[in-house]
Amino acid sequence: MNSLWFDLGAATIKSLVVVLNVLQLAGMLGWVERKGSALIQDRIGANRAAIFGFTGAGLVNTMMADPLKFLTKEDVIPGGVDHLLHTLAPCIHLFPALVTFAVIPFGDVLVIGDREINLQVAPLNIGILYVLAMVSLGVYGVVLGGWASNNRWSLLGGIRGSAQMISYELAMGLALVAMIMTYGTLDLQEMARAQGGTLLGIIPKWGILYQPLAFLIFFTAGMAESKRVPFDLPESESELVSGFFTEYSGTKHLMFFMTDFVEVIIVSGLATTLFFGGWQVPFLARDGFHFPGGASLLLPNLVVAILQIISFSVKVLFFCWFQIMIRWTLPRFRYDQLMRLGWIGLLPLGFLNAIVTAMIILAWGAH
Amino acid sequence: MGFALFFILAGLIILSAVGVVLNRHPVRSAMCLVATLFLLAVLFIFLDADFVAALQVVVYAGAIMVVFLFVIMLLNLSDDAPAPPQQSRRFSALVGASLFVLGLLYLLRQAGLLLPGPGMGTAVPQGFGSIEMVGLRLFTHYLLQFEITGLLMLGGVVGAVVLAKRKVG
Repeated sequence: MNSLWFDLGAATIKSLVVVLNVLQLAGMLGWVERKGSALIQDRIGANRAAIFGFTGAGLVNTMMADPLKFLTKEDVIPGGVDHLLHTLAPCIHLFPALVTFAVIPFGDVLVIGDREINLQVAPLNIGILYVLAMVSLGVYGVVLGGWASNNRWSLLGGIRGSAQMISYELAMGLALVAMIMTYGTLDLQEMARAQGGTLLGIIPKWGILYQPLAFLIFFTAGMAESKRVPFDLPESESELVSGFFTEYSGTKHLMFFMTDFVEVIIVSGLATTLFFGGWQVPFLARDGFHFPGGASLLLPNLVVAILQIISFSVKVLFFCWFQIMIRWTLPRFRYDQLMRLGWIGLLPLGFLNAIVTAMIILAWGAH
Repeated sequence: MGFALFFILAGLIILSAVGVVLNRHPVRSAMCLVATLFLLAVLFIFLDADFVAALQVVVYAGAIMVVFLFVIMLLNLSDDAPAPPQQSRRFSALVGASLFVLGLLYLLRQAGLLLPGPGMGTAVPQGFGSIEMVGLRLFTHYLLQFEITGLLMLGGVVGAVVLAKRKVG
């Protein structure tokens, strides 16, 4: 019984920590995005939120001001719409994005007393398939939001969005197939563990070294899935007002807005876990550092776990920043270019990569 | 615990399935069908079939239903109440539904006679329902069926391309 309560408590704490951190980071990215755009466009941005005249801590101020602004805005529901579906759409949009993080490991194991806690919310045998399942459910929020708004621009945005997401899901799936073959497992925690150790004694054995092409395909498709510039055709404010969420205001708009950033974090988390060692710190094993050349530094489990979580966070933050920089650097695709990139560019490349990976594994065996 | 959860889940599945039939609006019906398929996936998890559950969500709830929804939205059906059906149609609907219910009752009876089947009382073997076990079974025991299914899908893809390439007007 005692053990049951322990497991239940650990699971609850892990879920809360992950969900709250992801939401918090999504809020922060809203500020980073504005600052990044200001940096690239050579102007001063996001410096208007003041608490008692104090604008210094821009991040904190903006993070408090943004939700307050959204929550206190009037919630306008346009006439002639299906109220239920109109309200449901942002929830259906946010939910799959939020729960995807459950299978992404943020550390190895934490030992408390004689018990081990796996630092991953849901250790699933089908890990990556769960991610694909949630990604495929993400389409509904876009389609419903576009349709339930009773607005032709919204409908166009919704249809563009779903066509885009379905197209890029395929390329993403093929990149993941290559990674599944490389690691021989679907569990993301096992994948992260497989990336421990070194090649030739000094280079960390990260996935990108084995599958650089799969990383490019995955990252591009992932950015397309999050529907941000250069893939923001469903939104494209110069043509469709604001695409599938034109008719949303207040909290519902905030939910659509947050989902974009949650998806950015998910893509970063997956890229980190699959290709950049996840929570692995170079030369850090479960019992401490083992440097090439024989020197080693033994550390207690708690310190190791904290170092791993920091390593994971730093990598995720880097990829979030990287995606925001891409977003403000590249212009939007034209729709036919977008479709051509997905179907003629990424999809055949994904097939090629998967087949070559399979042949190499067949010839030399895994690893 | 598992028993109670099963009944809650089964109730939700039946509710959403009934919603598919009773909703006047096609988009709402389609969303109810998505919910039904998703909840069925949860039922598969109860049966230790994680892999099947994931496939259920990816293929049915994710891919097929989106296409359904697409068609419904592009047809832009109005939500006016349809004209009352003719007497003859009502009659044939009644006959069809009765036959279906009779068949269902017969099946349930037959399934009930088979219970408890061999091995039902024992625990499932280690790794049951995992992707490794399903894959192993699929590529050894059911290889022929698997390849026939592959051919069928290839035929479907070719058919779709032919239809899409056809010039209209």
